[in-house]
Amino acid sequence: MAQVQPYRPQYKQLPLTRRFWRAIRQYWPLYVMLIPGMLFFLVYKYAPMYGIQIAFKNYSLKKGISGSPWLTETGKPLLYWFQRFFKTPQSRQIISNTLVLSLSKLLVGMLPPLIFALAISECSFKRYSRVIQTVSYLPHFLSWVIIYGICATMLGETSGVINNLFKKLGWNTVPFLNSSKYIRGVLVGSSLWQSIGWSSIVYLAAIAGIDTSMYEAATIDGCGRFRQIWYITLPNLGRIFVVLLITKVGNILDGGFNQVYVFMNDRVRASAEIIDTWVYTQGLGKAQYSLTTAVGLMKSVLSCGLVLGTNALARKWDSSLW
Amino acid sequence: MVKSKNDIAFEILVLLIITLVGLACLIPILFVISYSLTPMEEMLRNGGFSLIPRNITFSAYKQMLNDPTLMNAMKVSAFITIVGTAANLVVTLMLAYPLSRSYLPGRKVFVQLIVFTMIFSAGTIPTYLIVKATGILNTLWALILPSLVAVYNFIVMKAFFEGLPNDLFESARIDGAGEFKILFSIVLPLSLPIVTTISLYYAVAHWNVYTAAILYIQDTKLMPLQVILRRMINSASTGDLNIDDEIPPETLRMAAVCIATAPIVIIYPFIQKYFVKGTLAGAVKG
Repeated sequence: MAQVQPYRPQYKQLPLTRRFWRAIRQYWPLYVMLIPGMLFFLVYKYAPMYGIQIAFKNYSLKKGISGSPWLTETGKPLLYWFQRFFKTPQSRQIISNTLVLSLSKLLVGMLPPLIFALAISECSFKRYSRVIQTVSYLPHFLSWVIIYGICATMLGETSGVINNLFKKLGWNTVPFLNSSKYIRGVLVGSSLWQSIGWSSIVYLAAIAGIDTSMYEAATIDGCGRFRQIWYITLPNLGRIFVVLLITKVGNILDGGFNQVYVFMNDRVRASAEIIDTWVYTQGLGKAQYSLTTAVGLMKSVLSCGLVLGTNALARKWDSSLW
Repeated sequence: MVKSKNDIAFEILVLLIITLVGLACLIPILFVISYSLTPMEEMLRNGGFSLIPRNITFSAYKQMLNDPTLMNAMKVSAFITIVGTAANLVVTLMLAYPLSRSYLPGRKVFVQLIVFTMIFSAGTIPTYLIVKATGILNTLWALILPSLVAVYNFIVMKAFFEGLPNDLFESARIDGAGEFKILFSIVLPLSLPIVTTISLYYAVAHWNVYTAAILYIQDTKLMPLQVILRRMINSASTGDLNIDDEIPPETLRMAAVCIATAPIVIIYPFIQKYFVKGTLAGAVKG
């Protein structure tokens, strides 16, 4: 290492500007490589942050981001758009829709991948279980539009598989995809369907990391396989389970725009409209740029806090408990 | 080894669970395929569709493969998948390699700037306004440039490069190789598995792109596959579909779904081990 960077030892003692020029001179090809990528982050990630100011402005397309007047200049309170949002009749509905949807996805999606991973790792027919694994990962790579097509086939009212069965049994058909009563179930179910196999990978990796001598010792002591799972596997998976759970809580304000927007129609809007879809339809559809930027900002700030908070919590769990 | 009654019950339970999950994942897909092959007469005779139709027809596929809108959308998606993935890969490599070198002054600042965008985003509308300001709205670049680097992929790649020892590059440097040459003729060949994995992640994301398209593309000719497909599935009045008496509308729609999924399903068995490697690399790091 010492030959690689002969300057390194004195580096920290140099004044900042000299250090800067020396770094550039020595490593300029590496910095040149960074240019396209950093330019991307600057333009498409950081420049939009400058645009956030329109949440506090009366934005008009003509005057642009900097040219539009601040709300205070037009005689309105600085938080006018935030107040406007909470006064709109749907605001409560979309906030609760977002929370209900992502919480149910979280709760429903928690245990099945774990159970599936346990079953896969305990299966004695390795070839069979590998085929099942391969099949179970496939939905992860299908787009939401494709999954919507699959749902239309399975759940459609006029010719869907399930409703055909209902018809044959003489029951009434159920508008799964077109009723605000069922749409949440469909969203949660399809998202479980998409992720069950893929989410099990993390658990499988953790199970593979467990010391096998523990199982051998347990077998000698006459411990059955149910008990081995209960007393050895599960406690070993506890840590990763809690860390994953906490990380997911950090994303609770994200209902999954892509999925929800693909499944959306006017008949399900009442229970399916989430913050992101509302921002899209109101912002781009009705050109309410300032209002929707304010709502988006609120979501971003809260999410950022949640992610940072839950990450800190996850790290604490990670180091303290196991 | 003698198996106890409990052990046998356990084996059966395990087999039951994994078979159930496997069937649950597979059967809906099989139904889509069988719908796409069912002719009208078969449907009328059975009073609906069935998993295994007695007669099948490929005319829905013939019709969809000659559908100018769908085929144009396939071309658009193929273009953004190929060009977009190449661009993603080059830029991500050129970002991950320098920032994986522990001796590069200032690398922490760059990494923090990148990771911060994962935690805080400006939101849909301000990003839209910038995309518009950069003049790429309603062009295919709007589906490539605003998603040039995925932070997760960058982190996975950087973590992999960090595992490559500096000594490896020293002799090349002494021989007078520049950093670009080192990246593309030493680092890249050594990292093929992770590079393959990441390009596949990028490629699937491009093929499945939907959100960016409905945000930034208005021109029907430039719309990628998923957007066109969504319209076709939804066309309850079948305005976008040419209906005749031989093929039910569901058959046409599902033929379109199958055509759109075919590229992924065909390459999937060959590439799935790379995908799994990628998530594990991410999981270990995260």
